[in-house]
Amino acid sequence: MAASESYPDDLRYHPEHDWARIDGDEAVLGITWYAQDSLGELVLFDGPEVGVRVAKDGSYAEVESVKAVSDVVAPLSGEVLEVNQKAIDEPETVNEDPYGEGWLVRIRLADPGEADQLLDAGAYQAHIAEL
Amino acid sequence: MVPFAGWEMPVQYTGVIPEHLAVRADAGAFDVSHMGQLHVEGPMTAEFLQGMLSNDLDRISDGEAQYTLLTNERGGIVDDLIVYRMRLGHYLLVVNAGNREAAYGWLKEREARGTEVRDASDEYALVAVQGPRSLERLDLADAPAFTHAMGEIDGVEVMVCRTGYTGEKGVELMCAADDAVALWDAVIARGVVPAGLGARDTLRLEVCYPLHGNDITQDTDAISAGLAWTCALDTDFTGADVLRRVKAEGPERRLAAFVMEEKAIPRPGMPIEGGGEVTSGTQSPSLDVGIGMGYVPVAQAAPDTELVIDVRGKLRRARVVKKPIYRKEQ
Repeated sequence: MAASESYPDDLRYHPEHDWARIDGDEAVLGITWYAQDSLGELVLFDGPEVGVRVAKDGSYAEVESVKAVSDVVAPLSGEVLEVNQKAIDEPETVNEDPYGEGWLVRIRLADPGEADQLLDAGAYQAHIAEL
Repeated sequence: MVPFAGWEMPVQYTGVIPEHLAVRADAGAFDVSHMGQLHVEGPMTAEFLQGMLSNDLDRISDGEAQYTLLTNERGGIVDDLIVYRMRLGHYLLVVNAGNREAAYGWLKEREARGTEVRDASDEYALVAVQGPRSLERLDLADAPAFTHAMGEIDGVEVMVCRTGYTGEKGVELMCAADDAVALWDAVIARGVVPAGLGARDTLRLEVCYPLHGNDITQDTDAISAGLAWTCALDTDFTGADVLRRVKAEGPERRLAAFVMEEKAIPRPGMPIEGGGEVTSGTQSPSLDVGIGMGYVPVAQAAPDTELVIDVRGKLRRARVVKKPIYRKEQ
């Protein structure tokens, strides 16, 4: 079943509906509750290869529901260290737990300072309220 | 909700996948009141429609129905529709919402003496109840496909049509527009799952029913689309000469059904290597794999042929399969 709407305070958000959980010089990335809800039941996550460099604000993957396909935008720049195999094998995990089991990739940050440009949970919710 | 041909339509209620699976396993209800109803009536109606529609209208009697095509002079398809014979001299055409005006206008312009075409779309609501348990849930006795009869569902008078767009056993229930809410509520109260446009599309694509506007259009012909079975080429309907020629010479391309062999979901408009193009595509909820249909050169249309589809710049393999893509397990 789909998760209920939430935007955890410990995450940083990109206006294109992506989140980052920053831990030192690494970050785990995923899509927000709003993104998965807009897309509907996800049936495909086409992720990057380990070792690929992703650039902040650039697309690094695609997620696809029965209805629609969407680019996944990197909230931060870095090198992909790990791709969540569970999101590939069972994309519905992203709907069920977008901030936990449904994470997408883990990266090594190229420039931790970029995080200052991201939104906090309150600012992101204010952003989506205007959409 | 999404706008569709002037109607506000639900894409989904709870989710495309659960709704789809409910129809395959039990029963689902689709509000398809947006579809158009044209009455064609008068002593010359059978002759008139035989000249307008591709299938052989003489093959159906009162209480029967037929899938048929409204064709243009180029052999293209103005609309695909179901014609119900009410009695000799009175037929009801159920047409696609998006083609209601085109179909009505086409027929009205050509209306012959002794027949009258009337757009009655706003007078009716239509609820499709589809799935292996649909009849049981509605307490309806079984009846042959493509028949119709008057009936009643919990006090609402309905025309019960043994037709549908899902590949499952089921009915389409037509009632007066004023009774629409009562009929819908009665159907849902019987445990039928509400289903939206999203599931309607995945269900029809699994069984390779064409969607007008995607797989068939004013510019595609019935032979290439694999709809030769709907064309009585010995009758003289509009464009029959063109279709006879296409059939005799063999079409240059065919509408092929395919299943993805790599993780990817085909979508309409994606190029197929060798000159083809995807016309419909989705992730099959029943098979959990990308499926689609598209026009390909005849040399690529045979089952088991490998296709390569350009999925937003990435080349992904697919394999042509015999239609339908999904078959019910026996």
